[in-house]
Amino acid sequence: MEYLGQYKAVYKAKAGCEDILSKAQDGGIVTAMFAYALEAGIIDGAIVAGPGDEAYKPEPMIATTVEELFAARGTKYSISPNMALIKEATRSYGLDKIGIVGTPCQIQAVRKAQLYPIGMRDVPDKIALALGIFCMENFPYQGLYQMVEDHCATKIDNVTKMDIGKGKFSVYTERGVNAQIPLKVTHKYEQPGCHVCLDYVANMADISTGSVGTPDGWSTVFVRSAAGEAAFNKAVDAGWIIAESMDGVKPGLELVTKLATEKITKNQKYIEHRAHAEYEALKPLRNPYI
Amino acid sequence: MGLFDKFKSLLFGKGDVSEGTQDEKPVASKQEPVASKQEEPVSAKHEAPVTKAEPADMKVEQKPIIQKPKEEKPVADKITVGHVHMSGCTGCLVSLADNYEGLLTILDKYADLVYCLTLADVRHIPEMDVALVEGSVCLNDECSMEEILETRERAKIVVALGGCACYGNTTRFCRGGQQNQPQHEAFLPIGDLIKVDVYIPACAPTPQQIRNVCLMAYLLLKGNDEQKALATAYLTPLMNLAAAGTEACGCDLMTEVINQGLCCGCGSCAAACTVRAITMQYGRPQVERDLCIKCGACYAQCPRSFFSFDVCGQYESITNLIGEVMKP
Repeated sequence: MEYLGQYKAVYKAKAGCEDILSKAQDGGIVTAMFAYALEAGIIDGAIVAGPGDEAYKPEPMIATTVEELFAARGTKYSISPNMALIKEATRSYGLDKIGIVGTPCQIQAVRKAQLYPIGMRDVPDKIALALGIFCMENFPYQGLYQMVEDHCATKIDNVTKMDIGKGKFSVYTERGVNAQIPLKVTHKYEQPGCHVCLDYVANMADISTGSVGTPDGWSTVFVRSAAGEAAFNKAVDAGWIIAESMDGVKPGLELVTKLATEKITKNQKYIEHRAHAEYEALKPLRNPYI
Repeated sequence: MGLFDKFKSLLFGKGDVSEGTQDEKPVASKQEPVASKQEEPVSAKHEAPVTKAEPADMKVEQKPIIQKPKEEKPVADKITVGHVHMSGCTGCLVSLADNYEGLLTILDKYADLVYCLTLADVRHIPEMDVALVEGSVCLNDECSMEEILETRERAKIVVALGGCACYGNTTRFCRGGQQNQPQHEAFLPIGDLIKVDVYIPACAPTPQQIRNVCLMAYLLLKGNDEQKALATAYLTPLMNLAAAGTEACGCDLMTEVINQGLCCGCGSCAAACTVRAITMQYGRPQVERDLCIKCGACYAQCPRSFFSFDVCGQYESITNLIGEVMKP
């Protein structure tokens, strides 16, 4: 329970709109939430992982229309420094109510920016909706490229979807699943910063979502804050999101809890290991958590 | 930990703090009867050392500022805050003022501004709870040297406000293309001369960060136990920054974050940089050394420089609390 953070409610949910679902990673929750929030005026714009100059290389972008939002649909398993735009969104874009989607570490960065706005002038009160996505690890672009081109023997330009689930990294082309490799093979490409992360389901987001726990085509959604609850309920009422109870859903919260526990205990152990207590000659690596 | 002792002494000698600028005698005479009432039933022996020690301490601390006539305070339990101007551009003070009506709320309810070059008509550095020091210290200026030492003596908590006070910032040699000048060795971050308790880095520090530190200082000194615990947890990372030294650079992202295997590529550093020296390339900060002014904002903003689950986990209630207390 504690590994899943505080939440007001948990749902099995998906977008109510076919357009979103057709290109969505799972339930299309992030796109649907932001699209509704844009339409309803809950946010003026959203910082999302848009398409970059290379295939599947995400580039943070500020979407102020539903069309722009749609261009960013689907998961890109590489680093998109969404926080880099958070101040710019309040400046050049003049946004007063910002939506931002991010991995757990990025949502932590959002909250730190709100409570310790050391270099974030006038940003803290402008963050209206922070959506978190479940995250086990992330890959630098070169690592992802290697996984796809080398291990999966697939041209990255031809890839239509990538997915991580059931212990496998899968690459889809227009002919369907083209290649699958066990997740074990991908571990060496993970960015090191992920190994000290103590958050799996974005505990500090307003709403966090991910595929784990629900059947294909659906997402698990944790509604956490008051702002998140209000926005989510309105989105459901407006038909942008279809939400059902998690009761009796197949893998369900049990699997989410299991993976969260695995990730966090493994990383806690790694943080201890970084202290290098057993080697006098080695300087300990810094522990950021206080 | 010396800071905590100071806080403790502040909290236990509450009258001593809030009435620090008032007449000294009423305070002493108020405390004596209280002490003797509590002590009498137990044993008369304890009474003497307690009452002797306390007034003696207070007299020493308060003498320099007692003479002034006292204004009536609408709220009794305010803390006293001063802004001390060293070699800086006044941008930090402007930032404080940029809280707009929020500044008025702070001055109404939580803090008295007892010293400030432009906003308070006071010539000499008085006793105060919190000194916000802006700018670095010019060694060639005797007055600055005296004032920074006086500040340390007379302030319970010294806050280095802004990049110059924390790290030297643009007053030192920090920018490519800048002319070499013989004076660069003469401008020292205040931490090179005195012990600093709390850092607020960045150029300029943000109004919201200054507000948060002022509110937390208030909670720490005047709040209940729960509020004190929160304020301590909140201020600890900023105290750690002060303890960590007087050097900062965009390079810290490399030495203290990336090379420590901590960077998660969130981009906070790039957003925090006031001079746009940082761009994100392949998920890592690329720092343009020639643009970096060494203000310390990027590293301090990084979620992997320090991160407290206790504080950030309560972001919702803390944000609500700040919103609530900042209502005029």
